[in-house]
Amino acid sequence: MSAEPRSLARRLFEPASIDSQAPVARVVTYVLLFLWTLVVVIPLYWVFITSFKGPGEVDNGPFYLPFVDFAPSLQAWDFMLVQNYTLRPYMNSVVVAVASTLLAVLIGSLAAYALVRIRFQVKLAAVAIFLILLTAIIVAVATFGVRWEIAIVVAAALFVIALFTLVGRTKLAVGNSDIEFWIISNRIMPPIVAVLPIYVMFQQMRLLDTQVALIATYTAINLPIVVWLTRDFFAGIPLDLEESAQIDGASKFRVFFTIALPLVRSGLVATFLLVLILAWNEYLLALFLSNADAQTMPVLVSAQNTTRGPQWWNMSVLITVMIAPVIIISSILQKHIARGLLVGAVKG
Amino acid sequence: MTATDTMPDAADRRSWAEWLDGHSGRIMVLPAVIVLLCFAIFPLIISAYLALSRFALAPGGFTLKFIGLLNFRKLLVGSQQYHLLGKFGTFGFVQFALLALIAAGLFFLLARYLLRGRPTVVGTVGRLLATAMAMGLAVLALATMAPGGVPGTVVNTLLYVFVGVSVQFALGLGLALLCGQPIRGRNFFRVLFFIPLMVTPVGIAYTFRMLADMQKGPFAPLVRAFGISEWSWATEAWSARLMVLVGDTWQWTPFMFIVLLAAIENQPRDQVEAARLDGANGFQIFRDITWPAIAPIAATVVLIRLIEAFKIIDLPNVLTGGGPGLATESMTLHSFISWRTQDLGGSAAIGYMLLFISTIVCVSFFNFVVRPARRFEA
Repeated sequence: MSAEPRSLARRLFEPASIDSQAPVARVVTYVLLFLWTLVVVIPLYWVFITSFKGPGEVDNGPFYLPFVDFAPSLQAWDFMLVQNYTLRPYMNSVVVAVASTLLAVLIGSLAAYALVRIRFQVKLAAVAIFLILLTAIIVAVATFGVRWEIAIVVAAALFVIALFTLVGRTKLAVGNSDIEFWIISNRIMPPIVAVLPIYVMFQQMRLLDTQVALIATYTAINLPIVVWLTRDFFAGIPLDLEESAQIDGASKFRVFFTIALPLVRSGLVATFLLVLILAWNEYLLALFLSNADAQTMPVLVSAQNTTRGPQWWNMSVLITVMIAPVIIISSILQKHIARGLLVGAVKG
Repeated sequence: MTATDTMPDAADRRSWAEWLDGHSGRIMVLPAVIVLLCFAIFPLIISAYLALSRFALAPGGFTLKFIGLLNFRKLLVGSQQYHLLGKFGTFGFVQFALLALIAAGLFFLLARYLLRGRPTVVGTVGRLLATAMAMGLAVLALATMAPGGVPGTVVNTLLYVFVGVSVQFALGLGLALLCGQPIRGRNFFRVLFFIPLMVTPVGIAYTFRMLADMQKGPFAPLVRAFGISEWSWATEAWSARLMVLVGDTWQWTPFMFIVLLAAIENQPRDQVEAARLDGANGFQIFRDITWPAIAPIAATVVLIRLIEAFKIIDLPNVLTGGGPGLATESMTLHSFISWRTQDLGGSAAIGYMLLFISTIVCVSFFNFVVRPARRFEA
C-alpha cells in the first residue's frame, strides 16, 4: 500500500510536510485573507480617491479610477489645507495628543513601578473619611452656598484631625492590588458621567477651550491603561539589577529612570502608541471642552456636515491627513504593539 | 498612605534628598492618585449630586434644586421611559422560551457554584447581583424586541456591546488562525489588517456613509443591478443598526486580530507538531492545544473591548445621528442629547445608569470569565 503513489485527492487535501499546508487549504486561506484585505482596503481607497474629486465627480455617479474615468484635481486639498484653517486644529490635535500621552505614560509608569516594587497599606478608614468629607464639601458648596475656599480649609483640617485620632485605631487596610484595581477600574467609567463636572471645573478656572484643559483630561482618562499595561512590564524585569543599584546608593527615582525604564522600552513604545492613537481619535471630551481655539481634528471632521449636505471631497482630505501619520508611525513600530499588548493581556 | 518599607521617624535630621527617597513610593503614586481624584472621583460625586437635582437657567447663572430620585423616576417609569427603555411588546411563545432558556442557564451556573464549590458570602452576593443584572437586561431586550415593541437606548447599547464584541471576536480569531498558519506574507497581512484600528471613529462613520450611498457610492452599480437603489438603509431601524455594527466591527476586529495572532504565535510549537505527527486534524489541534494556550489572552481582550464598547457615541452620532427615530441611539448619545437640551440632571442620571450597567457587566466578566481562564492556564 505504501508504495502506491499518492492519489490526486490525497495530494490536494493533505500537506506534503509538517511545516506546510495542503494545496486546497492553502488556496482557501489565501482567498479568505484576500477577501478581508478587500474589506480593509476598499473604504480607505475610496476616501483617498474621493479627496481628489470635485462636486461634479462625486455627484455624477461613482468613478473608481483616477486618470482613467475621472480627472483628479487638488482642489479639495487646496481648499482645506491652504484656504481654510485646518492647520490650527491639526496642530491642536498634535500638541494635545503628544503632550497628554507623554504625561500619561510618565505619571502612569511611575505609579505602576511603585505599585509593583513597594508595598503600600492605606487605612480603609482614611479613604472613607476622605470620601465623606469630599461629598460634604460639594453638598455644602452646592446647596448651602458656603464659599468653596472655606469649605476646603475646614474639610482639610477635619481630615488631618481624623487622621491622627480615629484612623490610627482601625486595622482594615487596602493593599497594592486594591490600589491597582481602583486605578484600572477608572477606565470602566464612561466619560459622559464625568464630563459635565469637568466642563464646569474648567469653566470656573477659565481654561475652557484651551489645550491645557484637553491635555489634562486626556492624561486622566488614559492613565488607567498605562498603569494596566506597564505594571506587567515592570513585574517582568528581574529584581537583582535594581537591588545592586540601590546598594550602590542610587535613589528609587534614579533606579526608575536609569534602570527600570530602559529595560521596558519595547513595552513603553507599545503603550505610548496605543495611548497616542486613543488621544488622537478622541471625540466626546473634545466636543465638550473645545470650541474654536482648541478644536481638535475629530471635532472638525464631524462638523463638516454642513447645511448644504456633507462635502465628501473636503471631508476625505481631512480624514486622509488625519489617518496618514498614525498609519505610518504604527506600521513602522508595529511589532512593538503586538508584543506590548500581549504582555499586558497575559498577566493584566 | 503608609509605605511600610520606610521609616519616617528620624526625618528631622535627614537631608531633603533622603526625605525624598524615603517617601519615594508615595511620591511616585501621588500624581496618578491626584489626577484620578480630580478627573474621576470628584466629577463622579458632583455628577451624583447633579443626577439628584433639577438644573435650570436663571438670570445671571443657574439654579440647582435637589429633587431626590425624580430624574431616575422620569427615566425609568415616567415620560422618558420610551427613550431609555423603549416600548414593550407582547411576550409570545418565542420570547418565553428564550427567557426560560436564559433563566435555566443562569440558575444552573448559580446552583453549580453553591453546590460544588465552596461558596463565600462575597462570592454569592456578587453572583446574585450578576444574575439579577443579566436577567433584568434579558427581559428588557426580549420585551422591547418582541412584536410591537421598540428598543430604547439601553437595548441599543447592549446590542452594540454584545453582538458587536462577539462578531469582532469571532472575525478576529478566525483571521488570526488563518494568519497563524505557515503562510507567506504574514507580516504584510499583520500590518494591513491593523490599519482600521487607527482611523478615527468619526472618519469611519463618514467613510461608511460614503460607501453605503445607494446612488453615488462605489457599490451603486451593484445596488442598481438588484433593483433596490430607491431603498435607503438609513430609514429602517435594523439596517441602520447594522450599519453602526459594521463600522464598529471594521474598526475593532483588528484589535482582536493583532493580540490573538501574537498569542497564537506564542503557543507551544512542539506540541502542535507532535499532535500533527500523531495524525490530529486541525480542529483537534485548535481545541486541545491552541485554545487552552490563548484562552486567558482571549478573555482579556474581550474584557478590554467590553469596557470600551459601552462608551460608544461617535459612530452612531455621525453615521445616523441616532436615527431613524432613536433606533441607533446609544446611552452615551442619549445622555449627550439630554445635556444639549439643558436637562443636566437627566443627562447625569443616564450617565450613572450606564456606569452601573457597565461596571456590573465588566466586573462580572472579569471575575467569572477572565480569572477562571487564567487559573486554567496556571
